[in-house]
Amino acid sequence: MATGIKDKVAILGMGCSRFGERWDCGTEQLLNEAFVEALADAGIEHGQIGAAWYGSALDRVNVGNSAIPLSTALRLEGIPVTRVENMCATGTEALRGAVYAVASGAVDIALAIGAEKLKDTGYGGLPVNSKGTFNDLWMPYGSAPAGFAQLAAGYRAKYRISKEDLKRAIGRVSWKSHQNGAKNPKAHLRKAVEMEIILAAPIIAEPLGVFDCCGVSDGAACAIVTTPAIARALGKRDLVTVKALQLSASSGREQGTNEWDGSYVQNTRNAARAAYKEAGITNPRQQLSTLEVHDCFSITELVTMEDIGVSEEGHAWRDVMDGVFDADGKIPCQIDGGLKCFGHPIGASGLRMVYEHYLQLTGRAGLRQLKNPKLGLSHNLGGVPYNGVCGISIVGLEGA
Amino acid sequence: MQSVSGIRSFGAFIPRRRLQRAAIAAAHAWAFPGLKGQAKGERSMCGWDEDVITMAVEAGRDCLRGSSPAALGGLTLASTTAPYADLNNAVLVGAALQLSSQASNADAGGSTRAGLSALIDACRISGAGDRMVIASEKRLAKPGSLQEMQYGCGAGAVTVGTGDDVIARFLGSETVSVPFFDHFRKAGQDFDYAWEERWVRDEGIAKIVPQAVGRLLKRLDLAPERVAHFGMSGGPLKGDVAVAKALKLRPECVVPDLQPQVGDTGTAQPLLLLIGALERAQPGDIIVVASFAQGCEVVAFEMLRAPPASGRRGLAGSIAARIEETAYLKLLSNDGHVDLDWGMRAETDHKTALTQLYRSSDQIFGFVGGLCSACGTVQFPRLPTCVKCGKPDTQTPQSLADEPAKIATYTADWLQYSPAPPLYMGLVQFESGARVLMEIVDVGPGGIDVGTPLAMTFRMKERDRLRGWDRYFWKAAPTA
Repeated sequence: MATGIKDKVAILGMGCSRFGERWDCGTEQLLNEAFVEALADAGIEHGQIGAAWYGSALDRVNVGNSAIPLSTALRLEGIPVTRVENMCATGTEALRGAVYAVASGAVDIALAIGAEKLKDTGYGGLPVNSKGTFNDLWMPYGSAPAGFAQLAAGYRAKYRISKEDLKRAIGRVSWKSHQNGAKNPKAHLRKAVEMEIILAAPIIAEPLGVFDCCGVSDGAACAIVTTPAIARALGKRDLVTVKALQLSASSGREQGTNEWDGSYVQNTRNAARAAYKEAGITNPRQQLSTLEVHDCFSITELVTMEDIGVSEEGHAWRDVMDGVFDADGKIPCQIDGGLKCFGHPIGASGLRMVYEHYLQLTGRAGLRQLKNPKLGLSHNLGGVPYNGVCGISIVGLEGA
Repeated sequence: MQSVSGIRSFGAFIPRRRLQRAAIAAAHAWAFPGLKGQAKGERSMCGWDEDVITMAVEAGRDCLRGSSPAALGGLTLASTTAPYADLNNAVLVGAALQLSSQASNADAGGSTRAGLSALIDACRISGAGDRMVIASEKRLAKPGSLQEMQYGCGAGAVTVGTGDDVIARFLGSETVSVPFFDHFRKAGQDFDYAWEERWVRDEGIAKIVPQAVGRLLKRLDLAPERVAHFGMSGGPLKGDVAVAKALKLRPECVVPDLQPQVGDTGTAQPLLLLIGALERAQPGDIIVVASFAQGCEVVAFEMLRAPPASGRRGLAGSIAARIEETAYLKLLSNDGHVDLDWGMRAETDHKTALTQLYRSSDQIFGFVGGLCSACGTVQFPRLPTCVKCGKPDTQTPQSLADEPAKIATYTADWLQYSPAPPLYMGLVQFESGARVLMEIVDVGPGGIDVGTPLAMTFRMKERDRLRGWDRYFWKAAPTA
């Protein structure tokens, strides 16, 4: 009988590069920036790492495939190094690999690191990728915003919300994240933006305007994990432990049958259900202290609030307007600024989210510090709402 | 008794976008103010994703409505603008029409009279099974030329067979072949080179067409007043009226010229005129259609009975299904006359694995998905396991091409590269329960929303300019 991952693995140290248009450095430098911080935070030597998982999604605008770019950049000689890719959940997947390795007893200390160098494409947004020789023959190449914009059409039709009301609610999602991101020195976009400007921005994919889309940036984030016993032996107190790590991938049902109404993301619901079970969470709205969800687009965040069970179905847009997810609300969401302000260097994002929880839980979040947080949920969504992957991780104080 | 050879069915397709000739003339007014004299009416214009193949498929589908493609013994595709020089274009069209692999498919071309020639050939070969003749043309014209105002795009399809149930009986044909070269286009060239219209009219059409038609009528022992419908392609505006007068045909028998609403569709024009005649003919009517090009090809039919109701769009329906277009630059961009800066997103390589294309050819060309024998779910694509019940190896082929559908979710994508922005896409919900992520095209000024009814249309999906290969697949278009 599976017992799950809860409290079996502790975070020994974390690092996160400054996110943004990092014209000054390549992926190797970004990896190094995050790694050096994590190593110092963990208080260990380079040679104590027993295995590494490297997440990067777009090898052709990054440093190429395989583990070699990481093992070369960080000079990780003689240990197992694995490269993982699972679209936008790539960072969370790297963490899952490292955590499972420690939990299994295979290694004492493992590294999870993710990076992406999106600003070497030469344009905004994500590059167009082949979907495979067969899918390329029939599947339209929509942009990422086009995939998620369809949630707006489905959500609006199901709950009979006017175009104007929904536009204002998703605008409010972005407004809140910009308020938070302005206080984060590592964020890419550090400016509060007025609602009027958000609502009047040019359309990217109806109804999503420029401010409904997350930034595009370079960055890396990193976690060093070990067992709670080893962490204590290394002198750590008030441990942050992993409570749940779950992943769900589409079977094609939403995209290929008439069962999905376009108003929610099944993968998020699957992963959240499994994560809450693993973490022993029965009432997420009451128990979770803070959320870092995949706000690649404002409508995604809004719908995610329902999918992870912190808003009732059809009510997330009202909760957003009521400020439930603001910094001073019932459950602050994207207290670090989210993808909205950090951008979304794909391989790094999942780890960047956990990094914020780690800072909050250890009382090191500076101007953004929340009062007594105990549990933080992070959420990554890869692909499109009707065909993709969802990774959810929950971390918290040991014993929480 | 010898069985009757003639027309069993017909269908048509005209691209929905109709460019206003006034918009063309206005764009050229700085250099060619004289074009204003031609600035009446509108001409059909292909979208970037429409070509001879896609129009032929749409006309062929219209022709096949209510009947099985398996009954066809073969297909001839006539065109002077078919995309491939070495590749049987008709096989590609036949794959989309789901013709039998035993059908004999052939291309015809070389002249704008190839369409009518192919039809006559099909009528003459009796007892070889039903044959569909499709004439499809996407005529390019040099910007600023008279042809740019006059040319159009479209396709006509006619199924020919033998039996007592044909709707129009083939009476006979006549040919004149003379080296009268009113226009030409060398292989590899984009544009026609045309001689003076007055010479074409007075020395060519006025002398050659009456000769051919007169000879045919005499041989068939038909007095001019017996002709109820007369159509002529290949001439200037009102050329048909002048020929009818010279032949002493009744003035009202001239089939309405397509010039004001569609333009000159080259190879497709005589078939479209024939279809126009079939749509208005009464049993007993004599139909005569002539195609002028390096001489003349002329054919006569006798209408036997009204065509069976099949819900066909036909020529009248194709002309009526229009979206008014005033952006002349779209024509230039769609036809490749200007190379707009579409940005880096347009640089994506679209190499097609021909191995994969062949493995999945019924799915891609015929839009054939699967029906699960275990749970009854219709689905696309057809993968080894059912999308709903997960059982392996339960899929039997089922086409979605003619199934009604509506929009489940959609968006208008301004970020992704499309030669016709915005890229409309969304989940398309079929009546059978199947659901497919598709591109949505021909969105008119009324827009689209969740629930908008859709019909499938065969289009180009991507163009691989590096290798000269075009991907074809199905897109969804609003029905209204």
